[in-house]
Amino acid sequence: MVFLHLFVVNRSGGLIHHRHLSNKAPKIGTNEWLRIGSTFHSLHAIAAEASPVRLPGGKNSNDGIEEMVTGGMVLRSFQTRTGIKFVLTAEPQTPDLGQVLKEIYVLYTECVLKDPFYELEMPIRSELFVHAVDALVERVQNAVSISPTKHR
Amino acid sequence: MNRLSAPTSISVNILDRPIGGRGSRSTSEQTVSLSMFSYLYSEIVQYHQNRVDSISELERKLEATGYGVGLRVLELLTFRTKDYTRETSLMNMLQFVSTTAWKSLFGKAADSLERSIDHADEYMIVDYAPITSTFVSVPADFGGLSVDAYISGMIGGMLDGAGFPARVTAHSVALEDVVLPPRKEKAVFLVKFAASVLERDAHLS
Repeated sequence: MVFLHLFVVNRSGGLIHHRHLSNKAPKIGTNEWLRIGSTFHSLHAIAAEASPVRLPGGKNSNDGIEEMVTGGMVLRSFQTRTGIKFVLTAEPQTPDLGQVLKEIYVLYTECVLKDPFYELEMPIRSELFVHAVDALVERVQNAVSISPTKHR
Repeated sequence: MNRLSAPTSISVNILDRPIGGRGSRSTSEQTVSLSMFSYLYSEIVQYHQNRVDSISELERKLEATGYGVGLRVLELLTFRTKDYTRETSLMNMLQFVSTTAWKSLFGKAADSLERSIDHADEYMIVDYAPITSTFVSVPADFGGLSVDAYISGMIGGMLDGAGFPARVTAHSVALEDVVLPPRKEKAVFLVKFAASVLERDAHLS
């Protein structure tokens, strides 16, 4: 029940941030990450187009992949109104992924968007953001391991 | 004594009253959102960044931006004290800057005011969480830039306006005990007074 990777894709499909969140995470090279980022972006767009149900007024027109579950991991994606996608992967049955993604989004708006040295759509290099994400993951991880979980 | 009352009731111009303070006494309505300030300050830094050639020039620009604010804040705070007192001794003036002015600007006093051991004309105002760098990560290749230079400019403006010309510089100093979060650096504002100021102060005391 640990978080594996976090990656952030900008609205044109470029990878702007990626990091592993635990030692269990498989090692993936930067070039592979760039490929994963743009592939996920494309699949997300296709999924949004392929969605058979359209709510009136196009309310779900931005839907794409929200969650992918496999035997070895679960992937959760959160797309902001400006088209930036935060994607978190974790071991199966890790709870609160959606909530953690929203908190990461808050950290992004705080530490990255208010930083004068950040340029929109460019790779995130903010130290504050990295530290804050680490602190958040540690906090959630501890909370999960302390509280008895229903799944076991 | 003839005392002027602040023209609160007749002020029609938005510039005549504090932002948000529509005659209300509650703190939340008299303060400005930190987010709003951060976005604005971020733009100020970016604006200057595109117009300078070096890091130190960028710091000078930020200081110059803060200088005028310092002069105005001093004027305003002096006006708000009931008897228009003006500090004349060096220590009192520094106290005024690091407590009274700091409180009115940032809602809290500066964390400490220290005298330099090596130089009699140098003082340090320390703040562990200056609002100008709350959300800022200075890239490694910007070697030693302190975005708190804006505040050092304000301090310089206040001291200059009160007749204590000084050279004020901002420095980011890494905290020794790394207790993250929130910060791993503190801001030290080094105030170096002109020789004439110290001479005069020696005569006065």
